[in-house]
Amino acid sequence: MDHHLPVLVVVTALVGAPLCILVRQPRVVWGLFTAITWSIAAMAVTLLLQVLSEGPVRYALGGWPPPLGIELRVDVLGGFVLTIVSGMAAVVAPYSLRSVEQEVDAARVHQFYAVLLLALTGLLGLTATGDIFNAFVFLEISSLATYVLVSLGRDRRALVSAFRYLVMGTVGGTFFLIGIGFLYVQTGTLNMLDLAAILPQWIDTRTSAVAFAFLTVGLSLKLALFPLHLWLPGAYSYAPSVVSAFLAATATKVAAYLMLRVFFTVFGQAVAFGELPVAATLPAVGLFGALAMSLVAVFQTNLKRLLAYSSIAQIGYIVTAASLGTQAGLTAGIGHLFNHAMMKGALFLAVGCIAYRIGSVRLEEIRGLGRRMPWTAAAIFVGGASLVGMPLTAGFISKWHLVSAILAEGQWGLVALILTSSLLAVAYVWRIVGFLYLRDAPSGAAPVREAPLSMLAPTWALVLANVWFGLDTRGSLGVATQAALGLLGGQP
Amino acid sequence: MTDHVVLRVIGKLLIPFILAYGLYVQAHGDFGPGGGFQAGVIVAAGLILYGLIHGVAATQRVVPPRLVEALAAVGVLIYAGVGVVTLVLGGNFLGYGALDHSPSHGQHTGVFLVELGVGVAVASVMLAIFYAFASRKPIASGGGRR
Repeated sequence: MDHHLPVLVVVTALVGAPLCILVRQPRVVWGLFTAITWSIAAMAVTLLLQVLSEGPVRYALGGWPPPLGIELRVDVLGGFVLTIVSGMAAVVAPYSLRSVEQEVDAARVHQFYAVLLLALTGLLGLTATGDIFNAFVFLEISSLATYVLVSLGRDRRALVSAFRYLVMGTVGGTFFLIGIGFLYVQTGTLNMLDLAAILPQWIDTRTSAVAFAFLTVGLSLKLALFPLHLWLPGAYSYAPSVVSAFLAATATKVAAYLMLRVFFTVFGQAVAFGELPVAATLPAVGLFGALAMSLVAVFQTNLKRLLAYSSIAQIGYIVTAASLGTQAGLTAGIGHLFNHAMMKGALFLAVGCIAYRIGSVRLEEIRGLGRRMPWTAAAIFVGGASLVGMPLTAGFISKWHLVSAILAEGQWGLVALILTSSLLAVAYVWRIVGFLYLRDAPSGAAPVREAPLSMLAPTWALVLANVWFGLDTRGSLGVATQAALGLLGGQP
Repeated sequence: MTDHVVLRVIGKLLIPFILAYGLYVQAHGDFGPGGGFQAGVIVAAGLILYGLIHGVAATQRVVPPRLVEALAAVGVLIYAGVGVVTLVLGGNFLGYGALDHSPSHGQHTGVFLVELGVGVAVASVMLAIFYAFASRKPIASGGGRR
């Protein structure tokens, strides 16, 4: 059964979605969702270990050999991202029981979990596939499911945000599809490895350059790279807490993964960084975005919105690191992909705990919560420290490698931008911490209890992961190094 | 529009043929143009025509929203289920060859079943969209947005 793992990872989630619809009973559906996400996570880890020891795994769907048929191909990077996505789903599952009961209509709970599983299917499939058109299909599956998830938020503004996300996301998806169309016209194949073999001889044509541009811009929209980020703050702010946490930790990461695939697997490092001006443009765009979005985050009054802007800034870091085109940069980018999933997952889950108890995530409403919800507040404190990049946390490792990768290129200006935006991160995290610990509770505030254990435990699991991967980087950067090597064509 | 005799009579005449044509397109998909998606749309179009003439309430008596929701799920399950069955029988996912003694028969059975799943899913999702637009109450929902 082992060689079926690449497809089983995806299909288990796909089969789970209709089962949720048929079962209907909210508690049973939740149990099913938990069982499915945990088993997928177990499979993804097995797959990653298998890939680490034996090299990339290929799987011909329907028994049709590639490039004729669709192929799934999982290398170290793919296995790593599969593990991040399925791991986040597994962590969110126990948390979702209470949170979803409170935030989503009882009559819609089974649909909520079904759509969440469809989103998971899309994200996993997109990561596992070795066919670029198939990647588009999975990208759209996950996006369509995500629009629905965002619109299920309690706030009426969730609908507007979902619609805005729908419009921008569709534009991004269409750009990506147009890019694929150009590639297909030029090469006659859609298999990524096949493309990589054929494309170099056609790289001087305008068609290939246009294809590259469309793919890059389309994916930048999907991963909310500044200035194409406008859909993200609303979508993360008004979605149900579980969805915010899950999306923040996975959706943009997977889009970033796809961008790496296009840059390094399809076009190849030599083309993307030799013939095309990626290294000259994207790092600066990414870092300017990081700076601008950190600045915007400082002035937010809604905690979720603040974290959303911070997410856009972090995406800027990931894109910057990856588009340096060096092995060090790539390692830093992939490592930050993982570390950022840990920190934003932890922070959004903690904020979800606050939303669960006091029904609001506005900064003035969380005054003095540090004493009334000590565990949640402490989770935000540690998660925030990791976001800033304090030593002993995962965030520090990310920043350290990012800065050294840029220094290796001798780009002092970019380093200055990173340090400035890190200072801004200190400012907005300090603002949250100040409201939590240093202000008195609003007079006449209703007594608040600590969040239930089923929500605290997943939150703290991620918080502790932040500390763990700040001390022991074998699981994060060790794998990221192998993934980077694999992308650059060395032995994975 | 139940008081329009012409519409009612023509509808009564046409709808059975539309549904039968849908089944034909479904079954004929492997020999000529057609297949699950088209068949699903045609069947749903027949039911939607019924809904336009006799009202949504009458259509929902024929095909209740709960059934539509369940059928949409069943359609996807048929599709994915065929894939899982081929996997259990020793082929790759959706490797229909494993379904029968001779691979070409297997391909035939596999495509037919998968298209059936597509047909069921598409017909019910089309109908669900029609219900969502035509009725005030959202499909299968207990309460409104707070």
